[in-house]
Formats: sequence, C-alpha cells, structure tokens
Amino acid sequence: MKATNPKQPSIFASLIAITRRDLLLALRRPGDILNPLFFFAMVCTLFPLAVGPGAEQLTLSGPGVLWVAALLATLLSLNSLFMSDHEDGSLDQLLVSPQPLPILALGKMIAHWLTTGLPLVLISPLLAMTYRMPVDVIGVLMLTLLLGTVCLSLLGSIGAALTVGLHRGTALLSLLILPLAMPVLLLGASTVSLAADSELYATGIWALGAYAVLALSLAPYATAAALRISNE
Amino acid sequence: MWKFFHHLTSPPHFYRLAATIIPWLAFPGLVLIAYGSYAGLFVAPEDYQQGDAYRIIYVHVPAAYVSIMAYVLMAVGGGCGLIWRLKLAHAVGAAAAPLGAAFTFLALATGSIWGRPMWGTWWEWGDPRLMSELIMLFLYFGYMALRAAIDETAKADKASAVLALVGVVNVVIVHYSVVWWNSLHQGPTLLKKGGPGMDADMLYPLLAMILGFTLVFGALLARRIRTEVLYRERRTRWVRELILAPGGGR
Amino acid sequence: MEALGMGGYGAYVWSCYGLTLIVLVLSNWQARARHKRVYRDIEVRIKALEDRQ
Repeated sequence: MKATNPKQPSIFASLIAITRRDLLLALRRPGDILNPLFFFAMVCTLFPLAVGPGAEQLTLSGPGVLWVAALLATLLSLNSLFMSDHEDGSLDQLLVSPQPLPILALGKMIAHWLTTGLPLVLISPLLAMTYRMPVDVIGVLMLTLLLGTVCLSLLGSIGAALTVGLHRGTALLSLLILPLAMPVLLLGASTVSLAADSELYATGIWALGAYAVLALSLAPYATAAALRISNE
Repeated sequence: MWKFFHHLTSPPHFYRLAATIIPWLAFPGLVLIAYGSYAGLFVAPEDYQQGDAYRIIYVHVPAAYVSIMAYVLMAVGGGCGLIWRLKLAHAVGAAAAPLGAAFTFLALATGSIWGRPMWGTWWEWGDPRLMSELIMLFLYFGYMALRAAIDETAKADKASAVLALVGVVNVVIVHYSVVWWNSLHQGPTLLKKGGPGMDADMLYPLLAMILGFTLVFGALLARRIRTEVLYRERRTRWVRELILAPGGGR
Repeated sequence: MEALGMGGYGAYVWSCYGLTLIVLVLSNWQARARHKRVYRDIEVRIKALEDRQ
C-alpha cells in the first residue's frame, strides 16, 4: 500500500533527505561543528604540557592521546544529536512519519558523522605531526579514526536517544557511552601503536571494520527503539 | 504448563510464592557456602604453584560467575519485558542490577587481592577477565543511573532494557578485544585458575561454593523482586487487600 | 593456629572471605530495609485512604 502511493518518497530518498536537512542545519550553525574540533585540538595540546615535551614521550603517548581526545570530542557533540529536534518538536514529526524510523535515525547518524567524525579525521594529521608521528603512521591513524568515529557516532546515537528528554542528560550520556566505546578506543589506539612500532597492524583495522559493520546493522534499530521509548 | 507459567508471572502469585521459596533457596545456599568455605580453607590441599593464596578462588570464581549471571538475567529480563510486555520481567532487571553490581565489586576486589601476591600488583590492566568485570561494573552503574534519572517506571524499564541488551553484546566484544590486546603486549603470564586438571578435594568445595552463591543470589533476587512488585503494584486492589488483611503481607 | 596463617598469605585470604561476608550481609540487610520501607510507605498511604472514607 505504502509503496504504491506516488507521493511517498522511497526509503533511500528519505535517508538522503534527512541527512541533507541535518547537514544544512549544522552548516547554518558552524559553532556546533567547530566546538568539538577546538576541544580535540585543546586536549591534544594539554597532554604535552602535562607530561613534558620530550620527543620519546610524545611518540609513545601520541596514538593514545589522539584517540582519547577524539573519543571525548565525539562524546561532547553527541548531546545535541537529538536535543534541538526534541525541543522544536520535529522529533515528534519523525516518530509519526510513515518512513521506517531506523532509516531516519541512520540519516541523522550519517549527518552527525559528517559534521563531527569526518572533520576530526581531517585535522588529526595536523596534530599527529606535532606528536612527531611519521607519515605512514599518520595514514594508519586516519584510517583507524575514520572507522572508529563511525563506530562512535553509531554507538553514541543509542545513548543520545536514551537520554534525549532527560534534564541531567549530559553526564548520564557519558556514563552510558564510555563503557560501550571502550573496545573501539582499545582497538584504535593499539593499532596505531603497532603501526608506530612497525609491526603488523592489519588485525586491528579488520576488527574495527567488523565493529563498524556490526554497529551499522544494529545501532539504527536500537536508536529507533530508544527514541520511541523516550518520547512516548 | 502455560497456565502454570501465567500463574507464576502474575504479580500477586509471584509475591506469595516468592515468600515461601526464599527460605528454601537461602538455607541450602548458606549451608553449601559454609561447607565450601570450610573445605576450601582447611581441607583442600595446597596448590603447588600458588600456595595457600589460591584459596581466594573459592570466593572469587563464584562471585564472578554470579556477576555475569546477574547481567545476563538483567538483559534477558529486559528483552522479555520489551517483547512480551511482562511486568515481572522488568522487575527482575530492576532487582538484579544492584545485586549484580555488588557481586561484580566483590569479584573485582577479590581478584585484585589475589593478584597482589600472584602478579605482584593490585591491578593488571592487561588481564581480560579483570577488564571485562570492570566494564561490567560501569555498565551496571550506567544501568542504575539511567533508571534513577527517569521518573516514569514504565519508561525507565524499557530504556534500561535497551541499554542492558546493547551492553551484553559489548561485554563479549570487550573480552575478546582485551584478549587480543593482551596477546600483543605479552603481559605477565597469567596463572590458569581452576581448569579440568583440578584435584577432587579442590574441585568439590568450588562447585559447592558456586552452587551456594547461586542459591543465595536467587534468594536475594527473589526478595528484591518482591519489593519491586509490591512497589509497582502499589495502587492495585490485591496490594490493598494484602495490607489490610489481619496478618499483613510482609 | 598454623592453618589460619595460610602459609604467609593469611592477610590476603582472610580479607577476601571477610569481604565476601560483608557483601552478603549488606546485600541482605539492604534488601530487607528496602522492603520494609516500601511496605511501610504503602501501608501508610492505604490506611490514610481507608480512614478518610
């Protein structure tokens, strides 16, 4: 019945539409895109100040610091994923729309990744260079961050959906998401460390990729269920 | 069969049934724990590698076992509650979380005390079991915090059920990712706990302890579910009749 | 006395068993206290409603 209705856009079209809408909204408020990036850069600046600027220390702690900073920056941006939609009522519109909710949630996740994950990946080489990371290792770092931020956006949206209507949601969101994000951090940071020690690191990349595929197939459904629960 | 099942999951019947079941779980459990502790501490022979320190496993392994069981129970309860809208299933999750957190803490603390003489450190980041337990403790905290943050019970039930289900997938991933990580760093050679090569004098107290812990956990859980059921059904007629009855319904 | 020393590991072994006892006793105590509190709250509310009628 739904498919024959000529006015109804296809699933793919609605996915594109919701992604476009969120991207447009983000571009009109560039602060939302830039804040996590500044946060990322600042956390990366704080570490050398705290542990000392020695070259050996920097190369050793570089992968871990960059990964932890990326994780925290993503976490910072997750709070607003469903917040403004919840406040202005457009979330209710999404919930009653005839399109499948997991697809709409996936569209929002894609837009979130494009506005926070991807910029983090793109500026990471700049910061990695200050940690004296060799060029080939920077490539591995970017690849792991690319897969890792996808995982974090997907996982984080589940937490954001669960806490969307709550008053003290921000601290709770971190408490819910950080334990879930731990395997991603562990795989990502140790893969970069392995590459820095010029050892075989392919297993880590594959594992991260597998995690991303698993998250991509399950997270939209979990997010949709969580959105329905928090807005009934 | 279905009638019995339906009977069991109806709150007033569960409330009454649990009151009679609890002593039958608690006393055998306590007897088994008493026997297991005595036999584990004094009867079982000394381990040739670990000396007497291995006797810690008689409380550590059952605590870890119960902590995992409680988490699985919480997730299964949440799943059943989401799928079949069983009120009792959500009450199981709400009751299991604090108990599970307590046993997880116990498993972590005893594991750390065991590690001090065995590994020479209170905490070993590379050990997958310790890490999985630690993450599980955080997941329990997250679950309880989410429940506490949502005022509406029905909403809190469903939201925390989703979290428990996501978390159960995560615990497995954490375990294997730390196994992989540990194989890279070649941390301290971990002594194998238990295993099939155990002496009967060593094994039987351990089995008694695991069974005893499970029974005592069951008794504590049943007691907490009763409280949950009573609270959730506080506006119903059976609770009113129960409380106004001459004997009361504690 | 020698059996209690646990071959030099006494402090570790006994603190674990002590901790187990504490956790079991506290969980039981907490479950009982919570049940009593919930029961009393409901009792007070229902009795109050009953008196008003």
